[in-house]
Amino acid sequence: MGIILVDLMLFGFLVLTALAIMRLTNLFAVTMLAGLFSLLAAGLFVTMDAVDVAFTEAAVGAGISTVLMLGALALTARQEKPFIMASRRMAVPLVCCLVTGAALIYGTLDMPAFGDPDAPVHTHVGGEYITRTMTDTGVPNIVTAVLASYRGFDTLGETTVIFVAAIAVLLLIGFPRSATRRRDEDGGE
Amino acid sequence: MHHHLILRVVAKLLLPFILLYALYVQWHGDYGPGGGFQAGVIFAVGFILYALVYGVDALVRVVPHRALIGAMSIGLLLYAGTGVVSLILGLDYLDYSRLAHDPVHGQEWGILLVELGVGITVASAMTSIFVAFATREPDIDDEDW
Repeated sequence: MGIILVDLMLFGFLVLTALAIMRLTNLFAVTMLAGLFSLLAAGLFVTMDAVDVAFTEAAVGAGISTVLMLGALALTARQEKPFIMASRRMAVPLVCCLVTGAALIYGTLDMPAFGDPDAPVHTHVGGEYITRTMTDTGVPNIVTAVLASYRGFDTLGETTVIFVAAIAVLLLIGFPRSATRRRDEDGGE
Repeated sequence: MHHHLILRVVAKLLLPFILLYALYVQWHGDYGPGGGFQAGVIFAVGFILYALVYGVDALVRVVPHRALIGAMSIGLLLYAGTGVVSLILGLDYLDYSRLAHDPVHGQEWGILLVELGVGITVASAMTSIFVAFATREPDIDDEDW
């Protein structure tokens, strides 16, 4: 019972935050609310016993990406331009959103219930990992063992993605001039 | 630069604990929630907090651009290199069983090494993305906050 109340509260705040993000035009407030959204999502992951995912969501979603968005915000305007759309042009995007949403909800109806022991994810290799991790690797945290050992290729790919992302940002924006050199040049002028 | 005295003092007090916590998450990922990715992000947050409070120039003096790019590459090479070592030892790529005297210890070592690689890459990549954004324009004026 208690956990349902917590879930309802977290989901309620999640929806409220999403609505507030849609309505607000102050980009600073939107960035802060996006961080709050991630923190609420992290709370939901904790109630689903996915602490590793929650940890990542809290650190990346609520932490780093908020800071990066603020960094991007410093380079642009603080206020979103008012945007008024003619009501007849609103029909197409509205229908698109409603149809996509309905399709997604329809898709979830076939999904197994949360914690269902007969769900495909539990009947395939999941049980194998739970029984074998301790004897294979001696690592008590199964998530770590799966990420770094059983699924080591995937994690190598993910690390490469992070690396490539940073390289891409550096190629696009770059370290313009080193701070010390900039100061030296300013002093010399 | 004598403004934001409370922020500067609190940040200075918090920094060692943030970095220590990142190291705990890194090395304790085998036993509890966490691992290289989360540890890398927390480590980067420590550096970013320093840059936010003391200015990006101060951060660049602590970690030069070349060090960031180097660390980014070293982390990825550490991960990929662990796989190459297991190839040399006659196993499949990223099969750590022969990295130590018995397979279980080998797996533990392998997981520790690749998680360290992930941590180094994530920490330096996140920090360099932040530095790239933050050094693009002059620092924000106090009035703009």
